[in-house]
Amino acid sequence: MTVVGQPISVDLLTDPAGVPRARAMLQRAQWAAQAFGTYDKGTVDRIVHAAAQAGAARAREYAEWAVRETGFGVAEHKVIKNLASSTGLVEAYAGHDYVTPRIDPVAKIVEIPRPAGVVLALTPSTNPVATVFVKTLLALMTRSAVVVSPHPLARECSADAARALASAAVAAGAPDGSIQVVDEPSVPLINALMADERTSVIVATGGTAVVRAAYSSGNPAIGVGPGNVPVLVDGTADLAKAATRIADSKSFDNSILCTNESVLIVTEAAAGTLHRNLKRAGCHLLEPADRDKIRDLVFPGGRFDIRFVGQDATWIAEQAGIRVPGTTRVLLAPFRLVVPEEPLAHEKLCPVLGVVTVPGDEQGIDAARAVLRIGGKGHSAAIHSTNPATIMAYGAALDVLRVAVNAGSSLGSAGLETGLAPTMTIGTGFFGRSSLGENLQPKHLVQWTRLAYHSDPAEAFGDFAGLDPWQVPAGSVPPYPLASNLAGQSLSSTPVPATGPAAPARSDVETLRAEIRRVVLEELRALTGGDARG
Amino acid sequence: MAGTEELIAFPSKDEMLARSRQYWNPDKTQFWVDSGVPLVIDRREGYFIYDVEGKRLIDVHLNGGTYNLGHRNPEVTAAVTAAMQRFDIGNHHFPSLARTALAEALISTAPPGLTKVVFGSGGGEAIDIALKTARHATGKRRIVSIAKAYHGHTGLAVATGDERFANLFLADRPDEFSHVPFNDLTAMEDALRGRDVAAVIMETIPATYGFPLPAPGYLGAVKKLCERYGALYIADEVQTGLMRTGELWAITKHGIAPDILVTGKGISGGMYPVSAVLVSEAAAGWLTEDGFAHMSTFGGAELGCVAALKTLEITCRPEIRSMVYYIADLLGGGLRRIQRAHPDWFVGIRQDGLVMGLEFGHPQGAKFVMQRLYENGVWAIFSTLDPQVLQFKPGLLMTPDLCGELLDRVAVAIGAAHRDAGAAGGRKP
Repeated sequence: MTVVGQPISVDLLTDPAGVPRARAMLQRAQWAAQAFGTYDKGTVDRIVHAAAQAGAARAREYAEWAVRETGFGVAEHKVIKNLASSTGLVEAYAGHDYVTPRIDPVAKIVEIPRPAGVVLALTPSTNPVATVFVKTLLALMTRSAVVVSPHPLARECSADAARALASAAVAAGAPDGSIQVVDEPSVPLINALMADERTSVIVATGGTAVVRAAYSSGNPAIGVGPGNVPVLVDGTADLAKAATRIADSKSFDNSILCTNESVLIVTEAAAGTLHRNLKRAGCHLLEPADRDKIRDLVFPGGRFDIRFVGQDATWIAEQAGIRVPGTTRVLLAPFRLVVPEEPLAHEKLCPVLGVVTVPGDEQGIDAARAVLRIGGKGHSAAIHSTNPATIMAYGAALDVLRVAVNAGSSLGSAGLETGLAPTMTIGTGFFGRSSLGENLQPKHLVQWTRLAYHSDPAEAFGDFAGLDPWQVPAGSVPPYPLASNLAGQSLSSTPVPATGPAAPARSDVETLRAEIRRVVLEELRALTGGDARG
Repeated sequence: MAGTEELIAFPSKDEMLARSRQYWNPDKTQFWVDSGVPLVIDRREGYFIYDVEGKRLIDVHLNGGTYNLGHRNPEVTAAVTAAMQRFDIGNHHFPSLARTALAEALISTAPPGLTKVVFGSGGGEAIDIALKTARHATGKRRIVSIAKAYHGHTGLAVATGDERFANLFLADRPDEFSHVPFNDLTAMEDALRGRDVAAVIMETIPATYGFPLPAPGYLGAVKKLCERYGALYIADEVQTGLMRTGELWAITKHGIAPDILVTGKGISGGMYPVSAVLVSEAAAGWLTEDGFAHMSTFGGAELGCVAALKTLEITCRPEIRSMVYYIADLLGGGLRRIQRAHPDWFVGIRQDGLVMGLEFGHPQGAKFVMQRLYENGVWAIFSTLDPQVLQFKPGLLMTPDLCGELLDRVAVAIGAAHRDAGAAGGRKP
C-alpha cells in the first residue's frame, strides 16, 4: 500500500512548492508597508536602533553560524562586518532623515519622502548575515517592508538573523510583517517573487544569473555585477603601508567580499620593496612551479572552483601539495600578461592574489584596464600612490565607479574604511549593467513626491514650516481585533436585544480584555509552539 | 467555458429568470428581482462576482464565509483538481486517507479537549450530528438555543432556530427545544436549571440575527452554567470560525473550550461541500459504541476533505492572521468615518475582526443599503432575522487597494440609501 503517507502533489498545478506561501508574505508586506509609510521620524529612529542593536548583540553568534553553515570565510572578520552592518550602519546615517519633508523656498518645492513599499531582498551566501542586516536596516530607515530571500547555502543563519531583527523592530513599534523571510528559497520561488506585482523593488546581491533575472523580471530592480579588482602600486606609495593594507584586505574574510583585490599591478621601481613588505605581512610569493599547481587547483579547466571560496591560504596550499609558512595569509601568484585565457587574471573569491609587474604607471593603468575587460566592470579598483596626477589618471581611465586610495579595497570600496557609503551591495552602474552606480544606501529606497509651485514670482510659496504629514502609531500595528463592544468604542447604539446583566464598568472591561488577551496568547503559544505573534 | 456551454445555455437573462421561476423557486427568484438585486452570478474570481450581463460586484456576503479565501481560490482549485485525478467522493463506510488526514489536521488546530471528528455534507447535517452526539452523551433530550438563532434547516437544526423556518414545515418541537433571549444569563439559567438539557448550542456571534455581539463574559458564563447543570456546550463556528475574528475559532477569544465545535461553509473553500463536527472525548462515546449510528453517503466526501485540508493549511498561515488584523483595522476605521457622516442613519457597527454587522436606523434599513450597494458594485446581504442590520463579511485575503475601493463604494451607497429610507418613511431615530 504505497499510497499511505504519499502526499498529493497539489501545488504542481499552480506554483512550485512554497510559492503560494511566499506570495502571501508579499501581500502581508504590502499591508505592513502601507502602515509603515505613515510613521513619524521619532518612531522610525527607535525601530531602526532597536533592530540594529538586536543584530549587533548577536554579531559573533551569527558570524560563527555563517562560517559553520556555508564553510566560507573567517568568523573574526564576519564579526567586524556584522557590527559595521548593524550599529555601524546606523551611526553612519545618524544625521540622515528619509522621513521628514524638505522645503526649498527658493525653488518653491516641497519634497515629501515616500518609501519604496515592498522590498524583495535577495541575499548572498558570501556575506549572508551582513547583507541581511544592511538591506533590512535600509528598508527600516526608509519605512519600507522587506521580504528577505536568502541564498540556499546560507538559509538558516540568514533567516534567523532576519527574524531577530524583525522581532526587535516589531517590539519597538514596527508594523507586523514589516520584516519577513522565505524559509525554503529555491530558484523557481525567487523567480516567482521577483515577477510578482506586489514587489516594489528587487535588491539583488548574488551571482550574475540572479542579478540578470532580477532585471528581466519586469519589476524595478537594483542588482549589481561581479567584481575583479585591480590594485596598482607605484613608486611614490608608502610601500610598507601599502603592503600591510593589501595583505589585510586580501585576507579579510578570506577574500569573500566582492571588493577584494584580484590582481596586484606593481611598477618595477616599487616591486622589490613591496615584495619584502608583503612577505613580512604574511604573503607568500609562489615559485612558477607552485604557481602552476595553484592555478590548476583553483581554476580546473580554466574555471574557478567554488570549493575555494573564502578558504584559508594555508589550506589551499596544502590542497595543491605546496609547503608554505604556517603564518601565510595570502598566496601571491605572479603572471606576465593580463589576458582572458590567463585564469589568474579572473575574479578570485579566495586569498590568491595575481601579481603583474609593469615598467611604469602608464603600463600599470593599461594592465588595470585589461583586468576590467575580463570582468568587474563598474565595480571597484584600488591604488596606492601619493601622486594625485597618477591617481586621477587611473580613475579617469578605468571603467569602475569607485577607487580605494591608499586603502584596502575589501573594506575601502565597501565604505567601511573610506568615506564611501558602508554597504554590502556595490553598484556597478552602466559599466556593469546595473541601475545603481553608488554603494547601496538608504536614499536608493526612497522616492519623493514633489510639490512644485508655479514659478511666476507673483505666486507665493506656502508656509510649510512645522507641518508633518506623518503620525506616531497608536499601539501595536495592526491592533489585535478585539470585538467592538470590548474595545471601548461602544458603537452599537442599538444594544443587543437583551435583558441580561448590565454592561460591566469600564475597569471590568479592561480587566476582562487583559484576561482575554492572556488566554488567547497562551492558547496561541500552545498552538504555534511559542510564536505568539504568528 | 468550453464544456459547460453545451450544458448551460439561455437565450437571455429574462428568459433564464422565467425558467428559474418555472422550474426552480418562484418566490426566491422573484424576491431578488423585486429587491433591486437581479443578480445571476456567472463568472467569479477572488472577491469579485460577475452578473451574467457583466456587472462586477465585490462580494462581502461570501455566503457566510464560504468564500473566505475568495472565489475559486487558485490553491484550493488546484488541490481539488489534483485530487480528482485520484479520488471521488469515496465510500463512507471505510476508513479513508483524506478523511483521516483532515480529521487529524482539524484536531491539531482545535481548541483544547476536542479529540474526534465526525463529518457531514453541510452545516445543517453537522448541527444534527452535534445535537445527536450531545443527546447520546448526556442521555438527555432538551436542547437550548438563542431566540432568533439560525443553525440550518435539517430536522433537528431547524427546530433550534427561528419559528419562521420551523413552523412552515411543522418542524418546531417546543417540548424538546427551548429558545432563550441572547445575552440573558437569567433566562439561560432558568432553561438549564431542570438538569434535563443535553446541550446549549450557540453561534459565537449569531450571524442571521445580524451579528449582535455577546456581552463581555456572557459566553463564558453560559459555559459555566452548562457545566453546573450537566449540559454540553456546542459552539457553532460555521460563520465565525476560520480566522474571521482573527483567531481560527472565535470561541477561543472567549477563553472557552467547547465540548463540541461545528464547522462548515468556508472549511472547504467553496469548492466542494463538506462539514465537520469536532467532539470531545467525553462526548464521543457513540463512535466507540456504534460507529455506524450516523451514516451519510456524502458526509466527509474525499474531494471535500482535500479542499478542506488545503483551506485549513492556507488559513493557518501566520501571514493570513496578520492580514486579517490589518483588514479589520482598516475597514473598521473606514466604516467609522462613514458613520460620522450619517450618525442618525448609520447607527451602529458591530465588529469582531472581519465579522461585521452594520446597523441602520430603519426597521428594513439594511435592505435599502443592500440595493444601493448592488447598484454601486458591492454585494452584501441584509440579516434575514433582523433586516435593520447589514451583514458585512469581507474576505481574509483582501488587498489594501480593494479595501479602499470597497469603502468608497460603501460610503456612496450608504448615503444614497439614507435618502431612500427617508423617502420611504418609517421609523427615524
